[in-house]
Amino acid sequence: MKHFKGLAYPYVAWSFALIVLPLLLIVLYAVTAGDNSLVTIHFTLDNFRKIGDPVYLNVFAKSLEIGLIVTGVCLLMAYPLAYIISWFSDEVQGILILTVTIPMWINTLLRTYAWISLLSDNGLISQFLTKLGLEAPTMMYTNFAVIIGLVCDLLPFMVIPIHTSLTKMDYSLVEAAKDLGANNFQTFRKIILKLSLPGIINGVTLVFLCSISSFVVPVLLGGRQYMLIGNLIENQFISIGDWNFGSAISVLLAIAILLMMSLMRRIDPEEKGEA
Amino acid sequence: MKDKPIIELRDISKTFGDQQVLRGIDLDIYENEFLTLLGPSGCGKTTILRIIGGFEEPDSGKVLFNGINIAKLPPYKREVNTVFQKYALFPFLNVYDNVAFGLRLKGMTDEIIDKKVSQMLSMVGLSGYENRDVSRLSGGQQQRVAIARALINEPKVLLLDEPLGALDAKLRKDMQIELKKIQKEVGITFVFVTHDQEEALSMSDTIVVLNDGVIQQIGTPIDIYNEPEKRFVAEFIGESNIISGNMIQDCLVRFDDIDWECVDKGFRPNEEIEVVLRPEDMDVVPLDKAKLHGKIVSKVFMGVHYEYFVETKYRDYKVHTTENYQVGSEIGLTIDPYDIQVMHLS
Repeated sequence: MKHFKGLAYPYVAWSFALIVLPLLLIVLYAVTAGDNSLVTIHFTLDNFRKIGDPVYLNVFAKSLEIGLIVTGVCLLMAYPLAYIISWFSDEVQGILILTVTIPMWINTLLRTYAWISLLSDNGLISQFLTKLGLEAPTMMYTNFAVIIGLVCDLLPFMVIPIHTSLTKMDYSLVEAAKDLGANNFQTFRKIILKLSLPGIINGVTLVFLCSISSFVVPVLLGGRQYMLIGNLIENQFISIGDWNFGSAISVLLAIAILLMMSLMRRIDPEEKGEA
Repeated sequence: MKDKPIIELRDISKTFGDQQVLRGIDLDIYENEFLTLLGPSGCGKTTILRIIGGFEEPDSGKVLFNGINIAKLPPYKREVNTVFQKYALFPFLNVYDNVAFGLRLKGMTDEIIDKKVSQMLSMVGLSGYENRDVSRLSGGQQQRVAIARALINEPKVLLLDEPLGALDAKLRKDMQIELKKIQKEVGITFVFVTHDQEEALSMSDTIVVLNDGVIQQIGTPIDIYNEPEKRFVAEFIGESNIISGNMIQDCLVRFDDIDWECVDKGFRPNEEIEVVLRPEDMDVVPLDKAKLHGKIVSKVFMGVHYEYFVETKYRDYKVHTTENYQVGSEIGLTIDPYDIQVMHLS
């Protein structure tokens, strides 16, 4: 294997060029003022101060709210699904998990357009409700639409880690609990839930991070005025052209995500038990 | 001691897929006895244990517990507890909470739980380990926690599924003695599963030898060792010379063209039988007093004794003795009547 070690260098080189360098550039943009040239660089923390503006704080609050709701809904839907899937034989489980991931094979944009045609004012759901003689509510461009779109997008990211932790669980612990007098509900609450905690933590982390930083679904289903952190960053770069401010938000978001991941790791029982 | 069976298995059968693992098991388990289910892997011994524990439902047959059929009762409603093969301790609980698990479910007060847990931990020799993380205990200590966790619920029967399998030889011996001691102390029935014949012989009141989902023989360790009823039992437990012959009449058996006095009765005249001779029961005697003559063809030092293969007219005999003989020397062999065990052909 020693002879192939040299082959890693090109990889290291373009990892640096494509990942590390852009990241450093973003950090550089975040701490500098907009009037830089190659010769003069003005360092400033103004970009970060700007985030304190209530307008932007509202965007953060809204993102947090949507992120929490989406994560909660995903967890409530995914846990029972993953649990039920884990009751089947291995082959059937494989097929069911494949089914759960099928939406991931379709482009997000297409999936989101599908939701538009379902949710819009004369979409399928409205027409159906009208046929039944009910008044169809406005669904497009609401929190509801954004949440539905995100849940649909991110559900597999919750199901798969939970399912994995449920299937790799040592079943003799479940039997031991029953042997010691725990009925099915007590066994679930005291043993199965605890043992699947690593999967829950992974799923929650993934879904929460993806939902607070998403921007395609909020724009398409929430409308142009619908602002989440992801849209805010996109706007700063694409529409407004304030790369420095956009970078500052990105850096802050990245730091928040890193903090959250390290926090999640700390409560993960596997991380501390196995060390 | 053997007055009233606490568990009765009646005609239990069980199939997994197309493999029949138990075929018509009938077994009585008595109060306060140490009963061992002994057999090679795949013989169905663990399945019997799991049926008693409630983790498997038999396809047919009854499981009577104090006379009541519990075949369909879930594990948490049975008055039995299990020590699992790999202990199955809850990794997210410390020693104390593992042991207290069953009592908490019963809703006992902290005060009572405290008292019982410390009593139990002192019985298994783990006082002071209350706050230890179970994953940081040694195999033997985990074993003790598993035993304490099961016994604290005061079951009528404790089921042990090859609990010593993962321990090294020395620790295993110690735990065998300790388990036996604990069983005497708590005075309940232990049903112990193992494939280790020595373990079974040294610990049990009753041994049930199983093969291929069928009970081969039930008896005390001494019965099982000295009077195997089937070839399988003779071969599985201890070492033996198995020789075919004929039963001339009660207490007279013929093999190797020699008539031998024995103590077995109740066979048909001239019935074809097999004889079990334990290597340590083959007595080496001067040639003029011997019934069999032979030549030593190999010799292995085994520690306490030597193992010789002695070539005779019809076969090689395995002989264990503490005396030292040279390979190639002629020796005489004889066998006492009570050391000859006659079996029906199986």
